[in-house]
Amino acid sequence: MEAILAQLLNGLDKGGAYALIALGLTLVFGTLGVVNFAHGALFMLGAFCAVTFRMLITYETVVQDPTQVTAWGTPVEIRTPLAQSWFGDWGAVLIDYSVPLSILLAIPVMLLVGVAMERGIIKHFYKRPHAEQILVTFGLAIVLQEIVKSIFGPNPISQPMPMALRGAFDVGVWIGIAPDMLTYPLWRLLYFVFSIGIIGAVFAFLRFTTFGMVVRAGMADRETVGLLGINIDRRFTIMFGIAAVVAGLAGVMYTPLLPPNYHQGMDFLVLSFVVVVVGGMGSLPGAVAAGFLLGILQSFASMTEVKSIFPGIDQIIIYLIAVVILLVRPRGLMGRAGVMES
Amino acid sequence: MTNTPKGFSRRGVLKTGLAGILATGVSPLIFSKTSWAQEFCNAPTGDAVTLGFVMPLTGAYADEGADQQRAFMLAVEHLNGEGDGGLIPHFSSKTLKGGILGKKVAYVTGDDQTKPDAGRDTARRMIERDGATMISGCSSSGVAIAEQALCQEMGVIYMAGLTHSNDTTGKDKKRYGFRHFFNAYQSGVALGPILGEAYGKDRVAYHLTADYTWGWTQEESMIKATEALGWKTLPPVRTPVNAGDFSQYLTPVLNSGADVLILNHYGFDGVNSLTQAVQFGMKDKQVNGKKLELVLPLVSDLMAKGAGEAMKGVYGTGNWDWQLTDEASKAFTKSFGAKYGQPPSQIAHTSYVQTLLYADACERAGTFYPPEVIKALEDFDFDGMGNGPTTYRGSDHQCFKEVYAVRGKDNPANAFDLLEVVATASKESVTYDPAIFGGELGPDTPAMC
Repeated sequence: MEAILAQLLNGLDKGGAYALIALGLTLVFGTLGVVNFAHGALFMLGAFCAVTFRMLITYETVVQDPTQVTAWGTPVEIRTPLAQSWFGDWGAVLIDYSVPLSILLAIPVMLLVGVAMERGIIKHFYKRPHAEQILVTFGLAIVLQEIVKSIFGPNPISQPMPMALRGAFDVGVWIGIAPDMLTYPLWRLLYFVFSIGIIGAVFAFLRFTTFGMVVRAGMADRETVGLLGINIDRRFTIMFGIAAVVAGLAGVMYTPLLPPNYHQGMDFLVLSFVVVVVGGMGSLPGAVAAGFLLGILQSFASMTEVKSIFPGIDQIIIYLIAVVILLVRPRGLMGRAGVMES
Repeated sequence: MTNTPKGFSRRGVLKTGLAGILATGVSPLIFSKTSWAQEFCNAPTGDAVTLGFVMPLTGAYADEGADQQRAFMLAVEHLNGEGDGGLIPHFSSKTLKGGILGKKVAYVTGDDQTKPDAGRDTARRMIERDGATMISGCSSSGVAIAEQALCQEMGVIYMAGLTHSNDTTGKDKKRYGFRHFFNAYQSGVALGPILGEAYGKDRVAYHLTADYTWGWTQEESMIKATEALGWKTLPPVRTPVNAGDFSQYLTPVLNSGADVLILNHYGFDGVNSLTQAVQFGMKDKQVNGKKLELVLPLVSDLMAKGAGEAMKGVYGTGNWDWQLTDEASKAFTKSFGAKYGQPPSQIAHTSYVQTLLYADACERAGTFYPPEVIKALEDFDFDGMGNGPTTYRGSDHQCFKEVYAVRGKDNPANAFDLLEVVATASKESVTYDPAIFGGELGPDTPAMC
């Protein structure tokens, strides 16, 4: 029982990441009708916002200590981060909490990147076939990842989580099971809560604000909303920016779980597209539901008991489920008729 | 009937030809070692000899590749008589005087991306386009085996970098391939007694294993070593290379009843799986009335640096450590540290040593002709390279020398003081019968590429 619950938790935190990326992806598709293959790169850019923020606040001063000598005969270097030199203990706290604090940098940067991407390139492809949209956004993704590679190098860069949030939380005690029977990393639980919070905020924004209402109306019937004198294009551009922020924040908070590298966007992109297709193209609730469903199934497929019966099932489960769902429900779990259908 | 033109007989032509050869002074070359110069792939003809270094500069083992590159460049510098000479003055063989056989050492480098096909393509390009007479590098056994097979086909010596699978000098061994690094079997021999002493005889082990040749043989060797202690083993779980997030594989460990988790992972995979296991609270967990322990059978300074706090108290094995106190190790650390501002890792050491060993073999053979270089390396006994007396066994091209059991330091004195050597397995104790891993070396026939 505890093993199943542990895998369920694992599926939820994995599913949280899938759902966040897929949500932005399907939001762009639902509003602009663009199949954005650069969306994974936005997740990666978000992660590198966290890297940049940490690099800035951990910029070091180097002082040589002549009283200590290294094994190769040079004086030992004593490195002190500037933040710590300037702010003392507060500087240390700032460095410790660099990942959550980098959200403050990621929001404006990702909004700007999203809007620039939409206005600069993607708007020129609205009326072009999906195949051309895929090609141009895929090319854009490659350009973005090569830029990141040239600046930050090809290797993953670790981002430590705050000291207070390291270690495992005894979920078992919380839900009435014996102590130490069901523990789970605190940051992963936090990631799940964070993803639920972001998903909830996006839904609330679309549901309860006038801006959201107009966007939903535009998603349903773009022409009619335009005829009412509303500049729907501007709102859709902002929605693209919001989708970029969602992907970026998913990337920021994922950095302590997986050190960011330049190609991680591509790694997540394929999975996220499967999530969107399984959920139903253009369906926001479908993307979220499919994200969590596939995350949980992937986690269960990694259980020793399952792998002993179906070796290697953990590697193919997502694609297997996608095949089954598309055979049974060709439009995905919550897909609407007429979307991407000629 | 003869086709010889009028005025020429067969005997006459032969006599004249022989006289001409003798007269032009070519004859001494025919009867000397260097007469092979034109009969093998990439025989050096100019003032320089080119070595090809293929490293993982991207991918799961990229940290290792970067250090490997530093070591290769340092080795070339020392071979060309520049710098402080590093290990050359300490090397028991005294043939290295500057260059190789009077030729300046040049090199080309390439990225194997930690992928066998990319490594093979890069090595092929170096042989065909750059004229490399020797290929060295890799930090993955999958890559090493692929490159070694290519070198056998093309008749170019392959001095493997970091490859730890038993298969490299076992079932996949090749006449043209040589490994200085130790292997998974030797890790088991070195680490088994240490684990028994530290954690007792009544343990249940859970293996997470990188799903390729190295992981498989490492898992097999560790199971053999720990079951010999009396430990039980749960069914091992295979994980993809470069998995990144291991959480789905770590979660089942918590309720499996295992009280030791053995992570058969290396490079970034090892760093990720270890740090994520610690995030799951595994270092603080009690199972079967005992503390759950983590083991990383193959570990390096670079991994320890990446894993940080998570590495503290974790046991593993290494081929070499920069804090060894013999004069050769101190000299290499000093030379490397002075150039790069950091101590060398074990992959840097083995890569540097392999380059020197190839150069020395050419000098002792008096030629670059591969069959003769192979003969010079086979059953070669040497010392002064930091691992004590060492033998390059002729029957499988595996080096036999000391192997070190290491542990993540609890209280590092500085940023580089991450691992401590807790035991040394002697050369004799890690020596085994080559028949147990099978394989055939194959012919030494040189190929023309």
